Amino acid sequence: MAGRAQIPTNNSALIAMIADEDTVTGFLLAGVGNVDLRRKTNYLIVDSKTTVKAIEDAFKEFTSKEDIAIVLISQYVANMIRFLVDSYNKPVPAILEIPSKDHPYDPAHDSVLSRVRYLFSAESVASGRR
Amino acid sequence: MSGQGQRLTVVPTVTMLGVMKARLVGATRGHALLKKKSDALTVQFRQILKNIVTAKEQMGDIMRASSFALTEAKYAAGENIKHVVLESVKSASVRVRARQENVAGVKLPKFEHFTDSASDTKNDLTGLARGGQQIQSCRAAHIKAIEVLVELASLQTSFLTLDEAIKTTNRRVNALENVVKPRLENTISYIKGELDELEREDFFRLKKIQGYKKREIERQLQEAKQFAEEQFAEKISLQKGISLNAAHNLLVLGTEKDEDIIF
Repeated sequence: MAGRAQIPTNNSALIAMIADEDTVTGFLLAGVGNVDLRRKTNYLIVDSKTTVKAIEDAFKEFTSKEDIAIVLISQYVANMIRFLVDSYNKPVPAILEIPSKDHPYDPAHDSVLSRVRYLFSAESVASGRR
Repeated sequence: MSGQGQRLTVVPTVTMLGVMKARLVGATRGHALLKKKSDALTVQFRQILKNIVTAKEQMGDIMRASSFALTEAKYAAGENIKHVVLESVKSASVRVRARQENVAGVKLPKFEHFTDSASDTKNDLTGLARGGQQIQSCRAAHIKAIEVLVELASLQTSFLTLDEAIKTTNRRVNALENVVKPRLENTISYIKGELDELEREDFFRLKKIQGYKKREIERQLQEAKQFAEEQFAEKISLQKGISLNAAHNLLVLGTEKDEDIIF
């Protein structure tokens, strides 16, 4: 099947993050963070000095790694690399856009919700509820 | 319609007609089954859609709560708490397990998070000096957030997979309905027409042959009759001592001029 990729059954996968410092800190406190043998982290802290290139690279790395099941990405970060997020269409890892503290969540920008709305415009899923 | 007027290139025979009919039955059954599958998937799809919307709303609330908890923790434990946290990252204690769920032959991924108890103790000393309780509550809030996010992720992944599966199934249903079935029906009607044509031709040919035979028999009867009459005449003339032919010859010869005859 063309679009239906095999779904790996992984017994312990990681959650990757691309977000601002506070969000990352919170989730690290919860115990999401992981540092592998090569000192590579499964999160990227985005601040004012982080370049779009770095975010792109991190996104590509996280989505191609096999031990990552979910990628959490702050919505304002996702907006910076919107073209990458929108063109991503594999089921695993799942891309999840999360709100960040100083950027309110806008469901219209979410790639999945916009697809939902595109498919079911009559049901007004994303636009009508908020 | 692109499928209209098209037919398969087959030899119009009774066997082929049987084969085509069997294929049409198969196509009809497959169409019905695929339609059912598509319906089942759509039901599931709508359910997931509804769940996604509610989960997204829930996510907004829970992220707000966890952000607030983090702010509290920062206020209580000091701003440098995040450096401590960032430095003390070793290996993940909250991990995700992926398994599959089968809906009408489509494998949907399902994530569930679990805590790896082996590496669970690393943050115990964080905030020992002050703000320990706030840090623990912040941690609990974020773990709760992770729960919701993992749930949402599996919903979202199911959504994408189902979307793709529904598209494929619908394409197949439409292909069967609009291309394969009309083509088979056209082929069947073509074969039936050809067979009828052949039958008419055969009938005509039989009629022709029958007429020919009848004429032939009549002709033979006529000939037999004539022959019998001739035989009869011969017999009579023989009885009179001279064959009819001979008499005939005599008569004919008698009329001719003969040079040797003087008188």
